[in-house]
Amino acid sequence: MADTSDIKKGFKMLIDGVPFAVVDHQFVKPGKGQAFVRTRIKNMMTGAVIDRTFKSGEKLEKADTEERTMQYLYPEGDARVFMDTRSYEQISLSNEQLGDNVHYLLDGTEVDIMLFEGRPIGVTPPTFVELLVTETEPGFKGDTSSNTTKPATCETGLVVNVPLFVNAGDKLKIDTRTGDYVERVKR
Amino acid sequence: MAAPADPAVLQVLALRAVVHRSIRRFFEERDFVEVETPAIVPSPGLDVHLAAFEVRNPKGEPAGWLATSPEYQMKRLLSAGAERIFQLGRSYRADEHGRHHEREFTMLEWYRADSTSDDVIRDTEELVAFVANALTEKGELSPFSVPWQRLTVDEALQVHGDVALDAVMRDEERFFRVWAEEVQPRLGNERPVIVTDWPSSMASLARLKPNGMADRFEAFFRGVELCNGFGELTDAAEQRRRFERDQADRQAAGAPVYPIDERFLDDLERGMPESGGNALGVDRLLMLLLGADSIQAVMPFPEERL
Repeated sequence: MADTSDIKKGFKMLIDGVPFAVVDHQFVKPGKGQAFVRTRIKNMMTGAVIDRTFKSGEKLEKADTEERTMQYLYPEGDARVFMDTRSYEQISLSNEQLGDNVHYLLDGTEVDIMLFEGRPIGVTPPTFVELLVTETEPGFKGDTSSNTTKPATCETGLVVNVPLFVNAGDKLKIDTRTGDYVERVKR
Repeated sequence: MAAPADPAVLQVLALRAVVHRSIRRFFEERDFVEVETPAIVPSPGLDVHLAAFEVRNPKGEPAGWLATSPEYQMKRLLSAGAERIFQLGRSYRADEHGRHHEREFTMLEWYRADSTSDDVIRDTEELVAFVANALTEKGELSPFSVPWQRLTVDEALQVHGDVALDAVMRDEERFFRVWAEEVQPRLGNERPVIVTDWPSSMASLARLKPNGMADRFEAFFRGVELCNGFGELTDAAEQRRRFERDQADRQAAGAPVYPIDERFLDDLERGMPESGGNALGVDRLLMLLLGADSIQAVMPFPEERL
């Protein structure tokens, strides 16, 4: 059994059966008083971040989680199928579970999949992915500096705001943490 | 060949030297005598939420504890006739780790005979301004106007915790939870605040005021506790009762039960002048004045780099 002295950034604990990851933590001891560990923790199922204060020394249940690198294979109904490149084991995650990350999956994309008690609960895509533009208003030649943007639809369905010079058929570098356009990739 | 200089370490050393020098000058200008008391003591302090490092001799036999504060011995010096004393030294606390805690830290503790907690609060305000001036080379005035804001514990709870002291006083865990989560983080965000009138159950070594509250104060700055001071309890019988209650509370909590420092009680019995005293965390003071985000950032050897 773990206790509050094990708390550090990334420590994963079970609260009422739900896995939480520590985002931030601070030891506090009001003068002459009981010590506490104040934490900011992220619900690993929903992504919601909450504050929680533990009594110093309080017992904690470690969450049985594991992160595995897997390769995206193909869509299957409302789900996506991934394969562990070492064991060849395949698992599938629903589009709902994947949320926005569904837009960063190309054939062969390697992602980190978080497993909780053996079941997949989330996906971390690569920080940057390169996606082909399938549809956007025709670009203006020479306009490389303007702050004006327009929407562009990518091959995965992702819609991003891009500078006016971007054309259909261009390849874009996207930051998956924000979903923002970074640059046009030279061909 | 010498290794390349580490400017971060050199800067910490220089700043600490400025702070220590200015603290000594401040107290010398006010006729205080610098004293030294032992690190290894027969009783490390009985407050229920304190954990001390036990010391053993080479045979493995108990030899005392590292002092969690120099309070008992400094008060014994008051009983011996010392009138104004200060000490800049180390205190030791087990089981305290965090951005504002180290197991070994620099504590400034001072006592004035024939004085009240108000006198010591004034010392505190002037000292912090003095040290702040020493740190800003140009000698600018301290950024906080004196006197600092004052709040009672009840007011602090009502303003920041939306609860009255009466409602949480009898449930110590709830009190400290509200204090840690709601109140303390909001204390002293613009300028330091002095919090007075602690409940009698948290009097520790403070006397009680005529209103029944403890004559105890704490200063907070940017949500950090900077010091804890008392109008000192001088009644030996009452002090013994509190020690015995602390021992019973420690027993009930499954914490080690430290012995009562009988020589301290003997000296109280023989007589200690009405006094005020304060204990101030020097690492925290430096952290706050520099705007650093941890005391480790202003220490040459915090535990993590040892």
